[in-house]
Amino acid sequence: MMCEHCGQRLANVFMTEIINDHKRSLSLCEQCAREIQLESYGFMPQLNLPVFFASLLGNEFNVPSSDPSLADEENKCKNCGLTEKQFLKNGLLGCGECYNHFYARLEPVLRRVHGTTQHKGKIPGINNDHLKKIKNIEELKIKLQEAVRKEDFEQATQLRDNIKELERQPEPEGG
Amino acid sequence: MAVKDMVNNTSSCWMGNGPEADVVISSRIRVARNLVNLPFPHLLTPGKGEEVINLIERAVEKESLKEKIGFLELVRLNELTPLERKILVEKHLISPDLLKGYQKAAVVLRSDEVISLMVNEEDHLRIQCLLPGLQLYEAWKLVDCLDGELEKTLPYAFDKKLGYLTTCPTNVGTGMRASLMVHLPGLVMVNQIKDLVTNVTKLGLTVRGLYGEGTEAYGNLFQLSNQVTLGKSEEDIITNLISITRQIINQERIARQVLFKERREQLEDRIGRAYGILKHAHIISSAEAIRFLSDLRLGIVMEIIKNIPACLVMELILLTRPVFLVKITGKEMSSFIRDVYRAQLIREKLSGAEKI
Repeated sequence: MMCEHCGQRLANVFMTEIINDHKRSLSLCEQCAREIQLESYGFMPQLNLPVFFASLLGNEFNVPSSDPSLADEENKCKNCGLTEKQFLKNGLLGCGECYNHFYARLEPVLRRVHGTTQHKGKIPGINNDHLKKIKNIEELKIKLQEAVRKEDFEQATQLRDNIKELERQPEPEGG
Repeated sequence: MAVKDMVNNTSSCWMGNGPEADVVISSRIRVARNLVNLPFPHLLTPGKGEEVINLIERAVEKESLKEKIGFLELVRLNELTPLERKILVEKHLISPDLLKGYQKAAVVLRSDEVISLMVNEEDHLRIQCLLPGLQLYEAWKLVDCLDGELEKTLPYAFDKKLGYLTTCPTNVGTGMRASLMVHLPGLVMVNQIKDLVTNVTKLGLTVRGLYGEGTEAYGNLFQLSNQVTLGKSEEDIITNLISITRQIINQERIARQVLFKERREQLEDRIGRAYGILKHAHIISSAEAIRFLSDLRLGIVMEIIKNIPACLVMELILLTRPVFLVKITGKEMSSFIRDVYRAQLIREKLSGAEKI
């Protein structure tokens, strides 16, 4: 469907407005929708992920409010100069050092969003050959499903044992 | 310039046939990396943005990287026309967000389009690998290898506790987003898609329609991806996504079998009609084309329609997007003229495939 306003771009914003019981539906492209909304309300909803993240910051007991207008203007990252206010407004950090500087605010939210604050997984400069094993198990699982579908239970049992064997093996050391 | 050629080439490697191609269209891995000591992209001045681009340009030109990954070409987005930039988005090679800051952004591509890097999107570096079918491990292996080569010359912002540091804290940790594009016409037809979306969300995955909004996905194309990036290893995230996707693949196949067994005439009629309309229509809108192409793809993978390759359907879905039609005809058109061109293009491609 094309934008009803410009007729040039594909419509991807669908708006319904009701004024005095009079309903009007509009299909608009993003650019036109933004222009029209800016005209009528001077407001564009901020629904992106970082902004949602920002709204969680400071939502804890004993932690200063997450309201950007109350943020400490003086509190800024020494490396990039990002202020607490900017961070609370956009939910975006300014550099790697910001993670240290704003850690007290970040920690509880990371815990809530990810369930933990401890990275597991790739570390620069270290090879993970562990992947090969997992890949192997994955391939065997595909074959197992195939065998079950063909009702070849003898092969299926064999494959199941192989998978168990691989899963029992300790993590390979080094690379 | 090679990237310019890629813009003109309408079929990408990811549209080919991979494992489980009857349900899984493509697999993608994307990781976010940042350089230490430099401000993240949203705080970069154009000058500093260029500095990041230069660092990455030098890193991808290293001989050892070329040996392992192949030749990668870097292009600054302001060297491309607005149309060329939009086409890179439609081909899933760059994100719409990269366009917003195109003055200080760049893209790095391998000529087969399997590997692409976005420079100065939300993070300094987004490394992406896109493969056809269910090949998430293979995609991760490539990304991991390229990432390993890059980290030899690029100092990454990394913290022992928090992992890779990203601009948005929702990506911190592995910085990885793994996603699969799946075609689920069977589950949509048997009205199971809402339950699927609800349940999969509970398991830590995100589901969204590729085109259109919410569960009303045009073309029955959905994207499944992980939500959490911290506290799980890359392998665990990928294994989890694959296990759940396998379940979805099974359910989709069962739905198709049930439809074939119990409502064969209706199913064949629907597919036959879609094929007929695509083959003979002279005016067709984008939404209508995607809907019928989805039915046609189902017919092909169920071997109800035999003389057309499934990959042609994906190519047509992409090719008939408004941006591509403009590219092919070389001019802006009214929506009516566009619908006429779209129908013509589909007729030509389908009759071309049938003759082979």
